Amino acid sequence: MDITFLLNGESVELRNVPPTVTLLDWLRDERGLTGTKEGCNEGDCGACSVIVTDQGGARTLNACILFMPQLHGKAVRTVEGVSGPDGTLHPVQQAMIDHHGSQCGFCTPGFITSMACAHLNGDHGYDDALAGNLCRCTGYAPIIRAAHSAANQPVPDWMDDAASVPATVDAVQCLPRSSDELAAWYSANPDATLIGGATDVGLWVTKHLRDLEKVAFLHRCTDLQTITDTPDGTRIGAGCTMTQVHEWATARHPSYAEMIRRYGSRQVRNAATIGGNIANGSPIGDNPPALIALGATLHLRHGDTRREMPIEDFFVEYGKQDRAPGEFVEAVTIPDQPDRLKVYKLSKRFDQDISAVCGAFNLSVENGIVTAARIAFGGMAGTPKRAKTAEAALIGNPWNAESVAAAQAAIETDYTPLSDMRASARYRLGAARAMVLRAWHEDSGAPLSVLEVTP
Amino acid sequence: MSVSKPLPHDAAALHVTGRARYVDDIPTPRGTLHLAFGQSTVARGKITELNLSEVRASNDVVAVLTADDLPFDNDVSPSIHDEPLLSDGTVHYVGQPVFAVIARSHRAARVAARKAKIAYEEEIPILTIEAALQANSRFEDGPRIYEKGDAAAAIAAAAHRIEGEFEIGGQEHFYLEGQAALALPQDNGDMVVHASTQHPTEIQHKVAEALGVPMHAVRVETRRMGGGFGGKESQGNALAVACAVAARLTGQPCKMRYDRDDDMVITGKRHDFKILYEAGFDTEGRILGVNFVHYVRCGWAQDLSLPVADRAMLHADNAYLLPAARIESHRLRTNMQSATAFRGFGGPQGMIGIERVMDHASHVLGLDPVTIRQRNYYSEMAGGDTSAPAYIRDREKPETTPYGMAVTDFELHGITRALVDSSDYAARRAAVADWNARNETIKRGIGFSPVKFGISFTLTHLNQAGALVHVYQDGSIHLNHGGTEMGQGLFQKVAQVAAARFGVETERVKITATDTGKVPNTSATAASSGSDLNGMAVRAACDTIRARIADVVAQNAGVAAQNVTFADGRVRAGDVDIGFEDAAAMAYLARVSLSATGFYKTPKLDWDRIAGQGRPFFYFAYGAALTEVAVDLRTGENRILRVDALHDAGASLNPALDIGQVEGGYVQGAGWLTTEELVWDDQGKLRTHAPSTYKIPACSDRPDIFNVTLWDGKNPEKTIYRSKAVGEPPFMLGISAFLALGDALSSCGAGYHGLNAPATAEEVWHAVQRMSHGA
Repeated sequence: MDITFLLNGESVELRNVPPTVTLLDWLRDERGLTGTKEGCNEGDCGACSVIVTDQGGARTLNACILFMPQLHGKAVRTVEGVSGPDGTLHPVQQAMIDHHGSQCGFCTPGFITSMACAHLNGDHGYDDALAGNLCRCTGYAPIIRAAHSAANQPVPDWMDDAASVPATVDAVQCLPRSSDELAAWYSANPDATLIGGATDVGLWVTKHLRDLEKVAFLHRCTDLQTITDTPDGTRIGAGCTMTQVHEWATARHPSYAEMIRRYGSRQVRNAATIGGNIANGSPIGDNPPALIALGATLHLRHGDTRREMPIEDFFVEYGKQDRAPGEFVEAVTIPDQPDRLKVYKLSKRFDQDISAVCGAFNLSVENGIVTAARIAFGGMAGTPKRAKTAEAALIGNPWNAESVAAAQAAIETDYTPLSDMRASARYRLGAARAMVLRAWHEDSGAPLSVLEVTP
Repeated sequence: MSVSKPLPHDAAALHVTGRARYVDDIPTPRGTLHLAFGQSTVARGKITELNLSEVRASNDVVAVLTADDLPFDNDVSPSIHDEPLLSDGTVHYVGQPVFAVIARSHRAARVAARKAKIAYEEEIPILTIEAALQANSRFEDGPRIYEKGDAAAAIAAAAHRIEGEFEIGGQEHFYLEGQAALALPQDNGDMVVHASTQHPTEIQHKVAEALGVPMHAVRVETRRMGGGFGGKESQGNALAVACAVAARLTGQPCKMRYDRDDDMVITGKRHDFKILYEAGFDTEGRILGVNFVHYVRCGWAQDLSLPVADRAMLHADNAYLLPAARIESHRLRTNMQSATAFRGFGGPQGMIGIERVMDHASHVLGLDPVTIRQRNYYSEMAGGDTSAPAYIRDREKPETTPYGMAVTDFELHGITRALVDSSDYAARRAAVADWNARNETIKRGIGFSPVKFGISFTLTHLNQAGALVHVYQDGSIHLNHGGTEMGQGLFQKVAQVAAARFGVETERVKITATDTGKVPNTSATAASSGSDLNGMAVRAACDTIRARIADVVAQNAGVAAQNVTFADGRVRAGDVDIGFEDAAAMAYLARVSLSATGFYKTPKLDWDRIAGQGRPFFYFAYGAALTEVAVDLRTGENRILRVDALHDAGASLNPALDIGQVEGGYVQGAGWLTTEELVWDDQGKLRTHAPSTYKIPACSDRPDIFNVTLWDGKNPEKTIYRSKAVGEPPFMLGISAFLALGDALSSCGAGYHGLNAPATAEEVWHAVQRMSHGA
């Protein structure tokens, strides 16, 4: 396929690009731009971070799982383009030297691009901005000192890619521009692979070494990327990135937002779509428990035929979803409701880790009595799944220690989890029970998590 | 003077602009081929059929190598020739290289490598310590035992006795740059290898053996690594040898880099341990005797396991005078990756054993954990802090370690007192108790741990280094030595030494890649020895040249050579006051050699590893840390809140770089003991082989408050500018995080927590269950 984009301010036009060549391989092998590093080739270390700018602004992405067609019409800035054309260092680069923020230097280009992007966007939340950049040498302290010291320096003029990004670009093959185009094409090509942010499909290519013959990239289907208020609630298009979902949830369901803050990393959330996370059907995906607890409705589309279902019904069993060939996830609708949602993510590491257990609790309590309860867990079964016995143990009963104990006991009826490298079955059960307790504690004002404790 | 200045890393400007070149960034000649290993999928057995036809037929494959195709030695072991590059027909772990694909691209090689059809006659793998003991599957004939006095009798007679056992997990290096090598065939059968290695001479040696040529036919160059941490001491041999053999076979340059998952599955990691202990204390908390048994999972090949396990034994005392001690060490052979060097080299595992004993004893005796440690410290060195209790000051000197070495440079009394003050320990201990009384579910804890780490290779002959220095006629200086740069800042520190000897700024010194053609017979950059050894070798080379220049200038000035000074970029003698470049030109015109080698060997070493007696170390490096954590008792989730660390780098060659080693070492050490968990399944397959499942600390895992200070001291031994080695010792400051987690659990029940490492959220949760339910 033919694509056009800006690379460090210069226009690049490529013809006959195989659709699953990654930006990282292209930069290093074709352009000789070896500043961008391969650390893991799966989007977990950030050594390949680059800045990608489109109409929505500048954001960091992992180049190792970013396919070239995803760049069409956008601007890419690599570490080589973070310093000025005459070699002038960017303030974050100078600060990293001054504060001894590099040791072996291999992760450094990725840190520099993440830091420069945060600097560009006036973002001072460095723990989150850098959660997707691993460093094995420094212990991070000098890097954070560098980020703070550069924070108030002006943004160098060469960093402004937004002005250069074309408003419209030509249509090209594999890049449908609307859900209608996508629906028509996909129903005619049901064996194709749909690629949203490529945070999962990227690994099919880089790790499973699959050749994907027939693909469609969804990032130009802008009508799938909106969040709208409807009479039925908030409709979130399947193509919305987790960064968009995070922004929405921050206002509506802060506990969901706090979970998303720890979902993947900044680079991953900037690429990953909510539709991809749902359609993928993973038992450890972090959106489904929250969406199930919120009573969300899933919208599926096949050609011009649409259907909808409670989202929990989509997850049939491990590896199997209620989705026909050629059918795709179009949106999810979350009913408007007072915020009672509590989402707890448990993982070995707080940031950028896949959950061992993720629990979501949507409990209504009136006059001390639980009047409604929707509880769902990820990591506890072959699919994201409701805790119906635990819900029943609560509904109609007082929101007190006794009911909590009953609901905790019910967890063992609802789930028979497995042991794997993330957690043992026993711990998963124990942690899920603990989350029931935590939900109760949270309502009584106790500290929620060690993340709230300060020195 | 250039030493002791906090200069940035020599390549900092290259790092931040992406211009620092690593092996995979070196532009390759046209026609460069790429390698990937096909790996064993079973942990133990014999290959009954190796069908590679689909591999050979795969796109862009040029050739496929098996053991039969290797022209000379099929071995990449750094120790006893027990590690075939490619399987000899038996397989010993999941991930063992069985064949090598040579293809036109990295991806094509990886794709082809997965197409083999291999049939095995499987045997039951030995995976656990128990299974290895049962099968008597071990290296060396039996356990090594080091003894001092009669530990059993001392323990039996003690007022308080404790005993226990715990497990300490291994650790993946997770250097950000994976293993990589590039072999460039030369004319006449010579080979040039660029390798990401801490040990270029070892690469040269193994490549020469594999090619059947003398070492002089192989030149290995290493400019920098993207992290090493011990993982590139021996683990790069396989890639370099495979590339060299393939390059010779094809006549083309050959490159190999492991994909991250392959890297984690193929290469060795930190040794995991199980430690049994029993100890006796008097009523004051003074230890009378201790008995340790170390069970060490070494993996399938010997690699460096013997010296690693030795060093664990050598740190079983850590900072404490043990009147009687017995340490028994079992080096078990298992069907897993061959465990290898990792920062601390067994020292951390040995040290956490005695820290566990102190922790357990403080629990049993109800003594403050800092106090019980102070009561057991060795005596402070002459002229040091005098705060130690009288009974310590009055003890007979010299005090010796369990292996008979006198401890004469001890300074932890002073360090501990300073740290306790600066960290406001007493008030915070009270604040933590207050918090814990008010909070049911989230508890806080404080942990303290000292470090006393022995500096020198325990294989005595490795304690040597060479350097090559040229001064050009324009006064610029070319610096080369046997050490390698993996991020620790060695090159800059040594350049500061060279600049100081000539009295010039470091800008005048060109740092050059480690090159076996310039300095031969080097030791690995390991054991924290880099700046000690290479700094001294460079000093010797510089001083040789400086003396020659001084002679010339002295002659011109009509003064004695010893009156010539080198400072501020000037050379001064009598009335002569000229720039260093003019002095260099003067020497050149006088036909004086401006090139010299330098050599250094560490003095005073005398060690018998079988008897466990002697002086294996030139000196000790010290430090201490205090860590505060928060733990959620419901889920076991935990977090480090604050760390105060005070570390001894002697008279630091570069305080900025040394503080970087302390900060980074701490976080890496804390990671080892908290979130970094290696999980193998019951078939011996590593399940945590990527950063998606193996969790090193991320940015927000660093302590909110992180106070790191260097102890204001100098090495009593004559090291380079009286500095001390700093690469490994701070890693063990992370033990304080593990102790803090245990402390936070103290309210869960009357019993001792019995925490294993790593203390993941799950492990902490299990400890809570054990304590509160006796489960």
